[in-house]
Amino acid sequence: MRRRVAVVAFAQLPNVRRDTEREETELVLPVVNAALEQARLTRADLGFTCSGSSDYLLGRPFSFVSALDALAPWPPASESHVEMDGAWALYEAWVRLQCGDIDTALVYAYGKSSLGDLRDVLTQQLDPYYLAPLGPDSVSLAALQARALLDAGGCSERELAQIAARSRAAALDNPYAQVRKRCDVDQLLGEPYFVAPLRKHDCPPISDGACAVVLAAEPAALRCNDRPAFITGIDHRIEAHALGARDLTTSASTRLAAGHAGALEGTFDLAELHAPFTHQEIILRRALGLSAEVNVNPSGGALAANPMMVAGLARIGEAATRLSRGEGRRALAHATSGPCLQQNLVCVLEAS
Amino acid sequence: MSEPIKVVPMPVRLEYTVTAGRTYSRYLHALAQKRIIGGRCPSCTKVYVPPRGSCPTCGVPTGEELALPHSATVTTFCVVNIPFGAMPFRPPYVVAALLLDGADLPILHLVRGIEADQVRMGLRVRAVWVPDGELAPTVESIRWFEPSGEPDAAYETYEAHL
Repeated sequence: MRRRVAVVAFAQLPNVRRDTEREETELVLPVVNAALEQARLTRADLGFTCSGSSDYLLGRPFSFVSALDALAPWPPASESHVEMDGAWALYEAWVRLQCGDIDTALVYAYGKSSLGDLRDVLTQQLDPYYLAPLGPDSVSLAALQARALLDAGGCSERELAQIAARSRAAALDNPYAQVRKRCDVDQLLGEPYFVAPLRKHDCPPISDGACAVVLAAEPAALRCNDRPAFITGIDHRIEAHALGARDLTTSASTRLAAGHAGALEGTFDLAELHAPFTHQEIILRRALGLSAEVNVNPSGGALAANPMMVAGLARIGEAATRLSRGEGRRALAHATSGPCLQQNLVCVLEAS
Repeated sequence: MSEPIKVVPMPVRLEYTVTAGRTYSRYLHALAQKRIIGGRCPSCTKVYVPPRGSCPTCGVPTGEELALPHSATVTTFCVVNIPFGAMPFRPPYVVAALLLDGADLPILHLVRGIEADQVRMGLRVRAVWVPDGELAPTVESIRWFEPSGEPDAAYETYEAHL
């Protein structure tokens, strides 16, 4: 029997192309403070904390240890870290809450994608023997996937531009988003290729940012939020490391995770999909079996702001916040990691 | 039959432009003006050098900034005897934890102007700065610390800061 755990608070920094002012602590402190205040909790109330970040982005080892100052971890706090998107830190915190001995957990993530050449940095996540030495960068790999999908008849370049235009327009209502504007689809299609068949609008912006989520189990959740968004299913799956061993036009791991999370049954009022590239939204929609009526990425999604290690957790936070505000009853949140949707997490949220 | 391949060199080079952050930047800029600044936590009143974006005990920025004297006490130290690539001096030389007067946490820096085997806990030292024309926003604006000639500090005065 699973314990009912809810997302009760979410806070984020405005996403920017390049933050030159904040180091780790200064990124994390404001979002942690804001999330705790929303949840009517103090640091002393927390049963567990888990964070997500990557030293490859920050360019120095153990950067997450510096960030811990924001948590006030003295006297020692119960704390853990994943070298992944914060969505996986949330998963760890959710598992920890299932143990039943604690009631609340803080999850935070931060990432400065701007410090190095992001495309080169992300190449280092590839298999180090056969693939990374060839130097394929993240945008080129996404372009290969888009080409495979176009060639298979899975989408058209116009559909991709429509996704970009819809995401950027949705972001006009999201003050934290980075790319917010109305775009004409024909005009977008007139732009040159960036890495064919992808144009700039098919790719995510490079973003610096941070966010924090508070989880609480029943009945504490109801003290932290008048309308908590309960996690009724959550699961994550990974695919083969070798890109050549995968069918890049589908997402078997998303499908599998969705099945285990209960996301293939019932309907959703909204979905926040972590699709950094336009064609990946199409692949994810199909893997998740989302109908055309579902409001996908009302926040603008990763095409409007893509802070590495943060954007996946932000999808869960955005979806939960909308449910808590009464914008729907059931939402789907998704996070991805690695090249070409290699690893995927699916989270079903429900507010009563 | 050819030799099996056992080693494949795959050099990786990534370059980053890292910024120090608001709080640490103020510390570095002060060093370029021959000043050492600390930050006092408004909650527990501890003085941190450098100032910090968050007091690790209280979770609030170390708000009030104050200029600290350039005198310090050696709390702990190590004698470096083994040579390595980017070392600043020929061994033996001393790297010490130095508690600046008025600070609650020590900084790490070099101790020179005394034989390595004479350095001891409680030794009183003062900062030796680079010439004014070489001052820059780096902790290397302080070349090293050297004995000040004052009597050693009593253990009780730095016991809580080890």
